[in-house]
Amino acid sequence: MKSRASLLGGMAAIVATFVVFVIPFIFIILMAFKDRQQASLRDFSWPTGFHLWDNLVEVVTTRNWMVVTAFINSSLITLVSVTLLVVFAAMVGYVLARRKTRWNGLVEFLILAGLMIPPAVVPTIWLMQGLRIFGTLHGMILVEVAYNLPFSIILYRAFIATIPRELDEAAIIDGARPLDVFFRIVLPLLWPVTVTNIVVQSVGIFNDFTNPLYYLPGNANATVQLTLYNFQSQFGTSYNLLFTNIALITIPPLIVFLFFNRQIVAGMTAGAVKG
Amino acid sequence: MASIAIQPKTRPSPYPGWFFLPAAIIYAVLFLAPTFASLYFSLTRWTLFNSTFIGLENFVQFFREPFLVQGLVNTVIYAVVSSGLKVVVGMLLAVMLTSQILARGYLRSVIFFPVLVSTVGVGITFTVLMHPTTGMINQALAVIGIKGPGWLTDPKLALYSVALVDVWKGVGLATVIYIAGLVAIPRDYYEAARIDGATKLQNFFYVTLPLLRPATSTVITLSFIGGLRTFDLIWAMTKGGPGFASDTVASVIYKQYQAGFYGLSTAGNVVLFVLIGILVVPLTMLLNRKQGHE
Repeated sequence: MKSRASLLGGMAAIVATFVVFVIPFIFIILMAFKDRQQASLRDFSWPTGFHLWDNLVEVVTTRNWMVVTAFINSSLITLVSVTLLVVFAAMVGYVLARRKTRWNGLVEFLILAGLMIPPAVVPTIWLMQGLRIFGTLHGMILVEVAYNLPFSIILYRAFIATIPRELDEAAIIDGARPLDVFFRIVLPLLWPVTVTNIVVQSVGIFNDFTNPLYYLPGNANATVQLTLYNFQSQFGTSYNLLFTNIALITIPPLIVFLFFNRQIVAGMTAGAVKG
Repeated sequence: MASIAIQPKTRPSPYPGWFFLPAAIIYAVLFLAPTFASLYFSLTRWTLFNSTFIGLENFVQFFREPFLVQGLVNTVIYAVVSSGLKVVVGMLLAVMLTSQILARGYLRSVIFFPVLVSTVGVGITFTVLMHPTTGMINQALAVIGIKGPGWLTDPKLALYSVALVDVWKGVGLATVIYIAGLVAIPRDYYEAARIDGATKLQNFFYVTLPLLRPATSTVITLSFIGGLRTFDLIWAMTKGGPGFASDTVASVIYKQYQAGFYGLSTAGNVVLFVLIGILVVPLTMLLNRKQGHE
């Protein structure tokens, strides 16, 4: 009797989550298969013909292959900023966990401030213009690093605290210099949390819309999230192309999800249990 | 080789302070400096090339213009509604997903996946789904005889509709945090409660809920701060409309920036900063203090 009730409950849960969480994605895919006329109806219906390939070609070639440029830009920004984040955050987390100095309190405070305070947008633009890095890819990369450092440092610090100090002390006694200790001994041991960092931050930076909107204007610098505005205009939206584009930019997170689901969950729930 | 004997004295710490430097420079230049600069520029009329000091005029304007005040109120409503729902729904889903239920892996994946998807993509998709006449949601409601509301066209409803989509996208994160919290509760507590003859409901309210406090604290803090800062979803769905009905401080900041009112935009930034400080600092203190009592 009890198992039958829980079976029914389970079925209900499957149906409910399917309706709420899966159908919107099915809708996106169906729209990507439709031609312009049918897509403009924006209803949940079976495509009358198979137009995915045509849509895809049109999305990719629109505005002088802007989507391709955007994918290259976004990938570059993601790759470089995540690399810098990993190295710099691990360095901070390492010293922060190992050495008690009077700076630690200040660093902790700055980490919390970084997690809470909304970035001051226009002053940042003004400053970046002064440094001549406004509207450039490297400027964007540095901004992403600055904004995401606190979270990465928190992940690293918690993990480094679990690595026995004796390991680096042994290396120091053997005469290794600080840089060698860090890059040859500590950093490799941090691999699990590095993977978590890479995955979580890549998804966040790849999906970032607001910061490129402010700091990286111009078509030549488009990032993938901004390409979605290619097909929305005052002259009418091409819904088939718009949804093909949405489907296209959902593929990278989907791949990450399929391969790194566990690391993402580990990263995002880090510290949640102990508070 | 002889120098080895002297070296320990002069050799710097094996955990050198300069390891902080690369991160510190980037963070100080691109985050801290603009934050401090915003305190000054919010008091000016500013064209990026020159600024005139005008005292608190921007802030006066911010609290006098009805649509800017509404943006402030909307921001708080949005943050409270979205984080409140994420706590309740996330906890229920997590309890469900840690019980003996069918297709647990499928359910977890399906609920979590939207967290990783582009916010703008989600926003655009739901804007189409929430269309008053052609949208799938209202068409589905029509089938069972309900006339669905204008989710995003009704000024009273628009903000809540966007908050609902925020919950749709973010509840997966709350759920996995709660799952991590639930898994960490020792079985003995339930065993003891069972011996005392506790019902399922009592189990939940007297064992699960109090022991989930750290997870709840994390979920509230994360989603509340996130809610106060939300820009991309609102911009993708309503652009603050209809009228100013779903404007938040973050969308006001962008609009003033676009209009070239840099001083006012920066004042908006400072207002948001203060708002987050006023609300989040006491909130986290409250959440952490109660935890200490138990």
